[in-house]
Amino acid sequence: MSTAIDVQNVIKKYGQSTALQGVSLAIADNEFFTLLGPSGCGKTTLLRCIAGFEDVTAGEIHLFGQNIASLEPNLRPVNTVFQQYALFPHMTVLENVAFGLRMKRVPPEARRARAGKMLEMVHLSSFADRLPAQLSGGQQQRVALARALAPEPKVLLLDEPLSALDLKLRQAMRVELKQLQEDTGITFIFVTHDQEEALTMSDRIAVMSQGRVQQIGAAREIYEAPVNRFVADFIGETNLLEVQVERVLDGIAQVILPGGHRLTCPAAMMAAGPASGAGRHHLSIRPERLRLTPSGPLVAEVERIVYLGTDLHLLARLQDKTAVTVRIQNNTREGLPAPGTWVTLTPEDGAARLLAD
Amino acid sequence: MAGAAPQGPPQGSGQASGGSTGYRQIVGPLLLPTWAVIGVFLLLPVLLMGVYSFLTKEFRGGVIWDFTLAAYDQFFVTRGLFGDEPPQIEWTYIAIFWRSIWQAGVCTLICLIVGFPTAWFIATRPPAQRSVWLFLITVPYWVNLLIRTVSLKFLLRDNGPLNEGLMAIGLISDPLPLVNTNLAVQLGLFYSYLPFMVLPIYAAVERYNFALSEAAADLYATRWTILREIVLPVVKPGIVAGCILVFVPSLGAFLAPDLLGGAKTFMIGSLIDEQFKGSQGNWPFGAAVSMILMALVLLVLLVQARAAGKAGAR
Repeated sequence: MSTAIDVQNVIKKYGQSTALQGVSLAIADNEFFTLLGPSGCGKTTLLRCIAGFEDVTAGEIHLFGQNIASLEPNLRPVNTVFQQYALFPHMTVLENVAFGLRMKRVPPEARRARAGKMLEMVHLSSFADRLPAQLSGGQQQRVALARALAPEPKVLLLDEPLSALDLKLRQAMRVELKQLQEDTGITFIFVTHDQEEALTMSDRIAVMSQGRVQQIGAAREIYEAPVNRFVADFIGETNLLEVQVERVLDGIAQVILPGGHRLTCPAAMMAAGPASGAGRHHLSIRPERLRLTPSGPLVAEVERIVYLGTDLHLLARLQDKTAVTVRIQNNTREGLPAPGTWVTLTPEDGAARLLAD
Repeated sequence: MAGAAPQGPPQGSGQASGGSTGYRQIVGPLLLPTWAVIGVFLLLPVLLMGVYSFLTKEFRGGVIWDFTLAAYDQFFVTRGLFGDEPPQIEWTYIAIFWRSIWQAGVCTLICLIVGFPTAWFIATRPPAQRSVWLFLITVPYWVNLLIRTVSLKFLLRDNGPLNEGLMAIGLISDPLPLVNTNLAVQLGLFYSYLPFMVLPIYAAVERYNFALSEAAADLYATRWTILREIVLPVVKPGIVAGCILVFVPSLGAFLAPDLLGGAKTFMIGSLIDEQFKGSQGNWPFGAAVSMILMALVLLVLLVQARAAGKAGAR
């Protein structure tokens, strides 16, 4: 598979502050690639650098082998779907969709046919003569999508395109976007702060924080094998326990849990670290992989039980006051421990992961 | 409250409709002063001028209550020097009108060419700086228009600083004849009305969503195309408002033509002004010229509104 976008050591500075601190990533052709992170992490800046709206301070961006970092945006064969759509208010839906084709000097006949086909694809054929202001938010979203896809870009950039829609529409659009990407075979680079969006649609996700890529991987990899505290904490819910690492051998670490019990856990990250990783570190255990057991390495006092429909959350505190959450499926007919009682917890095999800080 | 109203809404209608009835009852009386001001100071004088334009002139100013079309006849028709030739079209006043329209049009164009980049510059500064720039634009307007126009005359006259300066650095040997020219009138008009162009365009550009420019660039549009096809159509209401605000008053302006222009630059404003001054005046004729000017302006606005309406419906 060929590489569509190759970002090499991109640095972006605004005056004194640095938005991107040396970002490198390669995105394959036909991939649905997501940049995920909290606001201010640099994901939108990176997208704007790829689109050409921002100049990179240093580094290179290659599009199918060609360095495009210094090209004007109108010379880059990539198109963008904007967060607030940015539809041209004085043009009809059809004129909006045909704009890129007109700029590329596609003859009128072919232009109309292509724009019509795009509108058909997003189910808006009957709205061709309306103005954007006469459409609902979801419809405007589709027009923005059709407009960006009409000139057949090599890569489609999407800047939080679903954030302005309500929840139901957002969920429906997720499926449609993924379907569209598979049908067109165009590489999508999708920016979002919504991890659920990222996990459901993406082939691969780059988790970003403070202008750096923290981890790149498939949804499952990022959720189940986070490399550091930020990723473990940002993606889904997790229990972070401070532990004392005794030794690391062949990627397996032996740690002392709060409360004094010993536990062995995978520590792929630690092996590479200095001093073979000895010292205080954090252990991540997902709430759904922590079990209530008659005996176990963790002892906690139950504080409250939260009812969530399909699940229950048992909130508890370890002896060192660390808060832990245990997710229990709502099909237990047995009685649950009452608040104030002490319980013992066991992580499932391989569920506890030692993290780099 | 609804129950207390003299003609309250029928039973069962909600509190909101009762409230809005009360609101309307308050608004009516509150609007009275506004209507009084508009009526007494705007509608009444225009009506009075309309009536005057059909009356007979009294020498040494004033009117005789004797209805006639003489004023309009004087404007449009000539019967020779002694009034005994067959009627022909009188071109004198139409020429003055044409010159005024031309001057006002050129003034509007220059104001647009200078005003648009100025407004763009201000609107694209950081918000804190914008108010400073707007303030600077309005500073000269704290001084009375008459004073400003007179000082412009001092600046431009033969032994004024401009000519003396140019002669001092040896660029010219004789003073340039600047006063009493079309150029001077144009300069005066431009100087008087520039802010009326800048402010509405500024308001439109400030609201302009620059993501539209990015979207157009993303879709392969060049900078020039973005300006022509996206920016100008979107900020057009501001441009149109600015053009009207400059064109209409400069059409009837009389200070700049009077003080900076000569006999060759006689404009409508001066023509009207003259009719109401001293014993040479002719009130009905002045009123008739005013009526014709007003009709012309209304026509321009009507055409503009029609064009805008069509563009909106598209």
